[in-house]
Amino acid sequence: MSRVIAGAGAEMRIAMRNRWVAIAVAMMALFALVLSAAGSAPTGRVGADALSVTVASLTSLAVYLVPLLALLMSFDAVAGEVERGTLPLILTYPVSRAEILAGKFLAHLAVLALALAVGYGVAAAAAFAAGPGAAAGLAALARLGATSLALGAVFLGVGYALSALARRPGAAAGLVIGLWLVLVVLYDLGLLAAVVADGGGGFTTQVFPWLLLANPADAFRLYNLAASGAAGVAAGIGGAAQTIPPAWALGSLLAWVAGGFALAILAFRRVTP
Amino acid sequence: MLTCTQVTKDYAGVRALCDVTLDVAPGERVALLGHNGAGKSTLMKIVLGLIPATSGRVTVAGAGPGSRTAREAAAYLPENAAFHPALTGREQIALYLRLRGEAAAKAGALLERVGLGAAADRRIGTYSKGMRQRVGLAQALIGRPRLMVLDEPTSGLDPVSRREFYAILDELARAGAAILLSSHALTEVEARTDRIAILSKGRLVANDTLGALRREAGLPIQIEVAARPGTVGEVAERLSGTRVNGVRVALHCGPDDKLARLGQIAGLGGLIEDVEVMPPSLEDLYTHFSRRAGE
Repeated sequence: MSRVIAGAGAEMRIAMRNRWVAIAVAMMALFALVLSAAGSAPTGRVGADALSVTVASLTSLAVYLVPLLALLMSFDAVAGEVERGTLPLILTYPVSRAEILAGKFLAHLAVLALALAVGYGVAAAAAFAAGPGAAAGLAALARLGATSLALGAVFLGVGYALSALARRPGAAAGLVIGLWLVLVVLYDLGLLAAVVADGGGGFTTQVFPWLLLANPADAFRLYNLAASGAAGVAAGIGGAAQTIPPAWALGSLLAWVAGGFALAILAFRRVTP
Repeated sequence: MLTCTQVTKDYAGVRALCDVTLDVAPGERVALLGHNGAGKSTLMKIVLGLIPATSGRVTVAGAGPGSRTAREAAAYLPENAAFHPALTGREQIALYLRLRGEAAAKAGALLERVGLGAAADRRIGTYSKGMRQRVGLAQALIGRPRLMVLDEPTSGLDPVSRREFYAILDELARAGAAILLSSHALTEVEARTDRIAILSKGRLVANDTLGALRREAGLPIQIEVAARPGTVGEVAERLSGTRVNGVRVALHCGPDDKLARLGQIAGLGGLIEDVEVMPPSLEDLYTHFSRRAGE
């Protein structure tokens, strides 16, 4: 464990000097502010407290931004070491490949946690400033924070796996952007098109919920919308959120955290220095 | 400390190493020589457990290469040592210390030892190639390694740094470390190692002390005689040598005729100003053994 922490410490310094900490925090804060400003409008109509509305908006934001941040931080993890020529030396040390990855994982997760805390903190402060009763949304915000971190963890692991498979930072960057596009953007569009074409048939009722569960980004969205009861204020997949128990969505997300990291270790083991 | 027995490595149908058997005992300094692509780095990577051998057996401190025991016993200095440019020398060495279970506070002393004390808190991105090589050496010194594997360790170092580097190696060898190093600079390993191993196209074509290799090769010894002014013609004729210029005469002889030839030269007495005996250099031996293997 001390080796993992040593690795994490060095990675944290690198993240700070590469401005990743600053970039991640600034991005989250900026988007949270914009959403808070834009999200204060519908409160009257839905009748929910300001923070619950903010949480629903933040969920839609996080589902795009958190995977993107995680992938941007992770794509260089193995490919960068290969490119710089630093990998052979570290692999001769009495430290396992899983420990090397775990060190990077801890550091990147800490950066994400900081960015999320700042971003969601800004949004919460804005909601409290907008009016009383915002405390009712605090539980939803805590859930969102924790699951956002889990979502980030999934994409960190998958990012490491792609980094190890690509072995070149340029190729790894292309792969993670492609993955982000597929899992976060195109997947939902594809499902939407299929549901529309199906017209309420067997696909929509039998297959569609499982396909939503299978994608960590959708599982994250389902859990937060269903758990907070805010499905009403969210458009899109809100309907499906009611048919899937939140615990399942949470289970899928957590399984992806473990699966993503396992995938990363497997891919990293295949890299010969 | 290190044993390699009949190690063979194939890369996609190409034989990079063939039947290499090589040992390094504690306290012994062995130089691994060979052309680019002769298999030096491949052998080192197999020894370190970075890549598997196709066949053959390697043990490091009695354990398999890449095992925990082997990795704890061995230190590695890669060719063109590279580090993360955003970390300072001290931070980088501190990380390596902690990965070996040592206190990070020892980083300062290690960097001092390799002459980087003043630059310890600058980012490695600002270091010259020689300074990065020193960081590489500093990390290789962590925790009294029992086997040191050094790939072209002095490339990028200036002559003074090279001397300091070999002084550190001597110290480690005296303390019982087994040292395997590869080099292109043959003249510097000549005086600084106990044994020479030559790889040619993946085969170990020589593996002995410099003296024994010289005897085995039986290459001619060159003797250069400086004649007194005006006597060079006579000296060349009486020794049946070749005139090099106005004062010098070159002779060649086999290792066994050396004393007889020197006796002849001494017999000329007053005609001779000076004599220089040049045994075959490591370059000559290297060429000899590499070429013989090629035939």
